[in-house]
Amino acid sequence: MAAKDLEIDTSTLVKKPKKTLQHTHDNLLRKIAIPTIYCPGCGIGTTINAFLEAITKYTIVPHDNILVVSGIGCSGRASGYVNLDGFHALHGRAIPFASGVEIARPKMKPVIISGDGDLFSIGLGHLAHAARRNIDMTVICVNNAIYGLTGGQDAPTTPVGAKSRTTPYGKISFPFNLSHVAIANGATFCARYTVYEFIQLAKAIGRGMTHQGFSFIEVISNCHVNFGRRNNLGDSIAMRKMFKKVRVPMKEEDIGLDIRKTDIKYEVGKGFTRIPTGIFLNERDKPEEFSERIIDAYEFNK
Amino acid sequence: MEVHQHPEKKHYIVTDETRCKGCGLCIEFCPKNCLGFSDVLNEKGWRVSKMHRMKDCIKCYMCERMCPDFAIFVDESDVPKKK
Repeated sequence: MAAKDLEIDTSTLVKKPKKTLQHTHDNLLRKIAIPTIYCPGCGIGTTINAFLEAITKYTIVPHDNILVVSGIGCSGRASGYVNLDGFHALHGRAIPFASGVEIARPKMKPVIISGDGDLFSIGLGHLAHAARRNIDMTVICVNNAIYGLTGGQDAPTTPVGAKSRTTPYGKISFPFNLSHVAIANGATFCARYTVYEFIQLAKAIGRGMTHQGFSFIEVISNCHVNFGRRNNLGDSIAMRKMFKKVRVPMKEEDIGLDIRKTDIKYEVGKGFTRIPTGIFLNERDKPEEFSERIIDAYEFNK
Repeated sequence: MEVHQHPEKKHYIVTDETRCKGCGLCIEFCPKNCLGFSDVLNEKGWRVSKMHRMKDCIKCYMCERMCPDFAIFVDESDVPKKK
């Protein structure tokens, strides 16, 4: 590109705008808490942005009926930044809290924004049983493949060979495929997207909230400070370019019953080499969700 | 807040230097290479993102979607409606 094209052009600057301009989602944010505490370029901010885009554009659930619950971790702060009803639950116990709210008030739509360490290491039992009962909730799991908040220890999602603070010679045990775990336990809607695919992610969150039953949305995020730095994957820009390069869009028909096709592949030194994304499961002849069945049983025995 | 208006399409691009952390995602993923870093630091010491060449902007919303800190956005309130 010529040097003339890269000159700074100040002729379009508006010094005194006629009205106060604000971000599209500014009325849904607690402005006192912004700027966020996240590292520059973190994917959790993009996930919150996609969630706000989903509840304004891609779903018809009223904002008064949405409850944001989050667990412990970097992504646990999400309930504090969003100006909706919310609760910052105990470590791993975001799903039990949301289940209680859903059973007591079936109109409410709980949305759980939490990390892989919170939902899949300490809270795995709760997630499995909420999926088994098919409770009407949306789980947005921000998967950054490491325990980011506590300093980069290895998580149940860290790929084989990846270095972390507690595995300095490379990890030797196998990681979870989070979507596989959720589908195996009975989730009726399951999707996976990276933080690069913003619109697809927002649409999937909107569809998951409209869906009656347990919906699970996995967001592949970048932890460039604790995961990327130790594995030579570069900064947030390099990691998002990697997501753009290695994502493989898949449809429900492509996968069928062979859920092994959705496995994430990782090579030492290269980073992720294959991330299948898309909506993996959307059960149309779905079973009734849990609170409706409770009401039915109560009226039958009355 | 720094507001730029496109001379023909009449949309605004607003960069908020109190929220920006200078991660450079909007600059890297802008398809028309409109954005750049500022020369001066903001109050937290970050080199923030600024609009440099507004005439090239095509209103693709990539900067707003990529930003994790809600610091840059597109405003279409003054765009004339199509008949």
